[in-house]
Amino acid sequence: MTLVASPDRRIHRQRRLAWIGKHSIAIALGIMFVTPVVYLVLLSLMTSDQALTSDYWPNSWHPENYVRVFEVTPLPRYLLNTVIYAVSSTVLVLLSSVPAAYALAKLKFRGRNPLFLLVICVMMLPPQVVTVPLYLMWARYGLTGSLAPLIIPALFGDAFCIFLLRQFLLTIPSEYLDAARVDGCGEWRTLLRVVLPMARPGIAAAGLFQFFYCWNDYYGPLLYTSENESSWTLSLGLASFHSVHHVDWNLVTAATVLAMAPLIVIFFFAQRAFVQGITLTGFKG
Amino acid sequence: MTARPLGVRVRKGATTLSFLAPALIGIAVFFLYPLGSAVYFSFTKFDLLSVPEWVGLDNYRRMADDPFLLQSIRNTLWMVVVFVPVRIIGAIGLSMLLTQLKRGAGFFRTLFYLPALVPPVAATIAFVYLLKPGTGPVNHFLEKVGIDGPLWFNSPTWAKPSLVLLGLWAIGDLMVIFLAAVLGVPSSLYEAAELDGANAWQRFRSITLPTIQPVILFAAVTGVIYTLQYFDQAAVAGSIASGQATVGGGISSNFGFPEGSTFTYPLWLYTVGFRYSALGYANALAIGLFVVALGVTLILLRRAKAFTGEEA
Repeated sequence: MTLVASPDRRIHRQRRLAWIGKHSIAIALGIMFVTPVVYLVLLSLMTSDQALTSDYWPNSWHPENYVRVFEVTPLPRYLLNTVIYAVSSTVLVLLSSVPAAYALAKLKFRGRNPLFLLVICVMMLPPQVVTVPLYLMWARYGLTGSLAPLIIPALFGDAFCIFLLRQFLLTIPSEYLDAARVDGCGEWRTLLRVVLPMARPGIAAAGLFQFFYCWNDYYGPLLYTSENESSWTLSLGLASFHSVHHVDWNLVTAATVLAMAPLIVIFFFAQRAFVQGITLTGFKG
Repeated sequence: MTARPLGVRVRKGATTLSFLAPALIGIAVFFLYPLGSAVYFSFTKFDLLSVPEWVGLDNYRRMADDPFLLQSIRNTLWMVVVFVPVRIIGAIGLSMLLTQLKRGAGFFRTLFYLPALVPPVAATIAFVYLLKPGTGPVNHFLEKVGIDGPLWFNSPTWAKPSLVLLGLWAIGDLMVIFLAAVLGVPSSLYEAAELDGANAWQRFRSITLPTIQPVILFAAVTGVIYTLQYFDQAAVAGSIASGQATVGGGISSNFGFPEGSTFTYPLWLYTVGFRYSALGYANALAIGLFVVALGVTLILLRRAKAFTGEEA
């Protein structure tokens, strides 16, 4: 890597100072990055009165806030809706997107490149562009106010998911597929028997992203479910707790912590698939 | 391609179609059809109860003298000009720092990444609370060191910078992309430069930056697209900071708080469509957004080779 350090003490000291400087910056930044989360957790353990002050540290600890928030707010309902939305959407999106991604990555057909460009356009264009016509479409079938407009589209693939999976499938050498074909496997058999096992990390990443997207989604639930509170999801509920329901701040923050906790837990179990997935969405260097 | 028997070609085509059918239906029903409708609706006038009535270019003329639209365009432009570059510079800075650390780089990478996992609504609530003018801990801290903190989300001047802070906090995804790019720079280049006596800054300027330039372009384009659809954080911050209902009966009257300073383009589109039920005009706004976003996307697609990867 570096040149052999000269025995000169001055250089040695400079290096050490630089080392200390860089690590100090990293530590300071690290503290800034975690402080908001730690602060939220502390706030969620205070009494409702103390949560209104500028205190950082709870005078007395109230973990029972996490129980109370389930009793005094519709949090269980929101949580259930969010789980229904995120889980079903993730499963359906993977089922419908994997074959399409496979075709775009590994099958030769006319119009493949234009189709891929179209997928990129769908992925890139702001969802607000088609919001009004889509809303009218769902309203015509009487499905606004339910989770259906959020889940049904997952049956028909998701542009980002298809894009991500395709990028991953490109990294699988085609020789494996050719070998399977020579052995007489049809394309579907090749996909199920040969490609799927090799594509597990990519599928995991795509699934994680879809799950996170749905869990965090605010615009979709606001658009389709805000007229019917029994269909609200966590993000919609969180945003309205304090203002609509006059829920105390310590409980709002407890619910906020509960909304982020599953994601952080999942991340620690699936960190590798995650980081690999993010890298795939970028340019190839 | 050599000619093959018709039967084989038809069968191959049918197989390919079976792979693509769900996605093709999805693109048609949830993208192309509503996009076409939006174009048509943009020339009409209607609300949730009436049928569309053709009004020609009226909606587009109306865009010319809509003060709220002008304000929302200004806000979104501000975000494009400030938010996007600040986030890119921040992400490059963090990834450079991580590559310099000899100890605990993995630990710090996880730490810096963590906020990106916090749901945007939750993160916004946290920031509104942290930055509360009266009792928030940030201003409390600033007061202790003798600085009179700003009103943050409650000040028309500081509301957008507060959103930028929030965006910087959740910079993890972008950081990971840049980290991969920075680590991909061949170390032989650095060694050669070091032999030539280049200092750290010179090495960054003349080796790192040019090598990761495609990633910067990618980040800039996706950043602009992201900013054009920036909705959640602006909506939630405005509503919570104003202390009023977010979704009372569906639509907030507090989007853009304070004084319209967080009224982004998509927020105005949403308000026009679903609060004022001016659906024709909302579609004209949508087409305006579409044209701009498509233009930005095309910049990236012109570099499609880097994007689409090698042929299978």
